[in-house]
Amino acid sequence: MAIIERPVGDALAFQDAPVTATSSYGYFRRPVETTGWRSWAFTVDHKKIGIMYGAVAMVFFIVGGIEASLIRLQLAQPDGTILSADKYNQMFTMHATTMVFLFVMPMAAAFANYFIPLQIGARDVAFPRLNALSLWLFVAGGLFLNTSWILGGGADGGWFMYAPNSDVPFSPSNGVDFWALGLQITGIASLVGAINLITTVLNMRAPGMSLMRMPVFTWMAMVTQFLLLFAMPVITVALFLLMFQRSYDATFFSVAEGADPLLWQHLFWIFGHPEVYIIVLPAFGIVSEVLPVFSKKPLFGYPFVVFSGAAIGFVGWGVWAHHMFASGLGPVSVAVFSVATMAIAVPTGVKIVNWTLTMWGGKLRFTTAMLFAMGLIVEFTIGGLSGVTHAVAPSDTQQTDTYYIVAHFHYVIFGGGVLGLFAGFYYWWPKIFGRALNENWGKWNFWMMIVGMNLAFGPMHIIGLQGQPRRMYVWTENRAGEGFFNLGFWNLVSTIGTFILAVGVLLFLINVWVSRKNPPAPLDPWDARTLEWLTASPPKDHNFDRIPTVHSIDEVFHRKYEDVGENGEHDYVQRATLEDLLAEEERLGEKHIHLPAPSYWPLVLAFALPIMAYGVIYTTWLILAGAAIAVAAMFGWALEPADAEPSDFDPPVDGDETSKELANV
Amino acid sequence: MSDVVKETVKDAIEIVKDHDKDVHEHDVHAGDHNGGHDGEHGAHHTSMGLSNTKLAMWLFLGSECLLFGGLISTYMLYRNRQGTGPGPDQLWDIPFTSASSFVLLMSSLTMVLAVSAANRKDDRNTKLWLTVTATLGGLFVAGQIYEFTTFYREGLGYTESLFGSSFYTLTGFHGVHVSIGIVMLLATMGMLATGKISGDKAETIEMVGLYWHFVDVVWIIIFTLVYLIPA
Ligand code: HEM
Ligand SMILES: [Cu+2]
Repeated sequence: MAIIERPVGDALAFQDAPVTATSSYGYFRRPVETTGWRSWAFTVDHKKIGIMYGAVAMVFFIVGGIEASLIRLQLAQPDGTILSADKYNQMFTMHATTMVFLFVMPMAAAFANYFIPLQIGARDVAFPRLNALSLWLFVAGGLFLNTSWILGGGADGGWFMYAPNSDVPFSPSNGVDFWALGLQITGIASLVGAINLITTVLNMRAPGMSLMRMPVFTWMAMVTQFLLLFAMPVITVALFLLMFQRSYDATFFSVAEGADPLLWQHLFWIFGHPEVYIIVLPAFGIVSEVLPVFSKKPLFGYPFVVFSGAAIGFVGWGVWAHHMFASGLGPVSVAVFSVATMAIAVPTGVKIVNWTLTMWGGKLRFTTAMLFAMGLIVEFTIGGLSGVTHAVAPSDTQQTDTYYIVAHFHYVIFGGGVLGLFAGFYYWWPKIFGRALNENWGKWNFWMMIVGMNLAFGPMHIIGLQGQPRRMYVWTENRAGEGFFNLGFWNLVSTIGTFILAVGVLLFLINVWVSRKNPPAPLDPWDARTLEWLTASPPKDHNFDRIPTVHSIDEVFHRKYEDVGENGEHDYVQRATLEDLLAEEERLGEKHIHLPAPSYWPLVLAFALPIMAYGVIYTTWLILAGAAIAVAAMFGWALEPADAEPSDFDPPVDGDETSKELANV
Repeated sequence: MSDVVKETVKDAIEIVKDHDKDVHEHDVHAGDHNGGHDGEHGAHHTSMGLSNTKLAMWLFLGSECLLFGGLISTYMLYRNRQGTGPGPDQLWDIPFTSASSFVLLMSSLTMVLAVSAANRKDDRNTKLWLTVTATLGGLFVAGQIYEFTTFYREGLGYTESLFGSSFYTLTGFHGVHVSIGIVMLLATMGMLATGKISGDKAETIEMVGLYWHFVDVVWIIIFTLVYLIPA
């Protein structure tokens, strides 16, 4: 029977005296609660952190969705009056910022946090407290950014925040300051997370889990973390320059002084283009897990999928300037970037082919997760095709800044990124919560979202070709085209589509709500293939009773099935169920497992940063106060032993039996 | 001097030889409990044979390269745009900056000595060399403050010109990095004094060392590009 030495609250119940840990390292007592909000706020368990990451990201998805709906309501009719020009600017800026930085990225981080350790057979991430810090920085940054709504209005410079347009003379409200500082904070969250997760993947794999045996989701998540590692510092620089410009009168973007108006664009897009892959690669990883399971076949061409993912990561760096074709770079640059951009379609195409061949001849099961995965293939391909028309610089200069672009990137990031995340929700829900989401609600959820997104974003192609500019708060009747190109008709369709999409998301939330009461899901609801299933659902605190030794890709599948085929033909017969495997793991499980103890400091440190950020905007002494708290938190952190001393906590988690057993250890 | 150098080289070889042992002995970081009780792999096995903290530090420094890359590019773009304010020709005092650069480079050497002393478990010399390193770093920062005030008096304010903004931002960021390094050194010495890091001292000090060397290397690049190459 496995024993956990996480200092849990129950320990108190078993010992007459309060935990003696206080004495052994003087400073502050480490938190010990296992229930209630404290058990979440101070946790360093990657699973709880993953769940919180996801829950907060979901809240921001709703916020971003409300912002999108307001935009579309405004544009449903000519000369809309729901939003003023000013509020409209804030709305689309905050919509895009929220969706990109506060929903898609953190939701991918939620999956990465939760599943990377499970998929590589580790007990936790490499640095559990840093992991908690990364979560709370994201929460702190997101909240800080959104307080701008009540403190003078949101940012209004577009999510790309082109300077000098975002400098004080053109954007005088505090919104842009909130934006720059808020993203700085969430940026640190991403950086810290990237370092932690890459270290985890490279260093903490179970015996036998070579890189080429790793599940594809872990692979794609790692490539994503590398992109973050190298992309975040570039936007960090940009954000610092903008902050110094606005708050301390630096001159980086003062064109009157001779500043280069393209500096911001370069810095932004060197970050911004890899950002696109940061958004879609985790979704690609999820789909690469889901398709084989519901096709009952191994992933076709595993190495190709892995290497094309890595290739996307590399090539993604060389093409940023395709966002700047219309900015006067000069013909040579434009030609080079145009060709490089088309080159990136190749590894992406490889993936699509591999997914299709995975399904080819497979025993398909059309579960909700599978539907979302297939939806991704279709919708992402549509987005990819309109993308090719942007790579061609001449046609791009016609389309850019029209709704055609808006259509394109929503097919890519919604059709690619978001549908993939939803596939992940349905696929992994029973693992995370021990209860599956309802499949009926799920199918409605899926179809409403698919119909909604095509009605919302499809017409934007037409609206764009007719010339309706992006980021304009009204359009007028006299510019509406005739017949098929009638702006009024398609704008209305797009708005209706948005609300159908919103209902689809609402169905998901209802599904989550009703599934609380579902009976416990079977241990192996989908006949899974990868390591994260080799533990209870939801997983125990210590992840695995015994760290598994890995022999192949799809380890769990090969433990369950024996290949009795001859002459290279495969014929799998079941020799064990997951229940059998788990019983065996529990029997052979380890007696003595250390887990890192919870900590207050990540939370304290994270929330010191918004205090400093308010200081930059309002008064200097707040900067000092925040910095003092941050320094104190860092020292508390450094002086706190990384691990609780086992002798201080003898936590009998599994009952009296084990508590006695441990007492003798 | 030469004895010390010989000693250091010998230590360096030892370090490489002992690497595996080191990893097992020193690797007690928070999450590092994976496979901890799997028997044959020793107490703290890692897949890469490199400790988590060291790998993380390398990754962090990789990311720092892009941070300085962005700042240096900005400076290179703007170094000729001094408007009506003073430019490099009027301001640079190459002998002075060379001297403070030399001081910083020497601190890399003393850092190496600190690490090697730590590997010998020689607490006294470790503390000594850490102190020297921190002092040299402090001298460098003091030199930078002196430089900044001089430039300011000669008319180069932060908001004076594109050149001014980007110069102060780039070198200021570097100065902050050195200062953080000094704090790290002091904290390490504090922990040594209180016995907080008795077991994994060498590893901790190596980590601070990696950071310190990185900051020095960045300075060499900045010194060359900013001061030595004429605009
Ligand atoms: C829930 C469904 C969504 C709808 C109905 C929607 C709608 C819109 C609309 C109408 C605009 C154009 C604003 C304008 O140009 O004036 C827009 C812009 C944008 N959206 Fe969405 N969106 C949705 C989801 C998302 C998601 C999931 C993401 C990203 C992950 C996203 C990222 C963006 C970005 C980056 C812009 C660009 C804003 C700009 O042009 O500055 N959207 N969205
Ligand atoms: Cu791009």
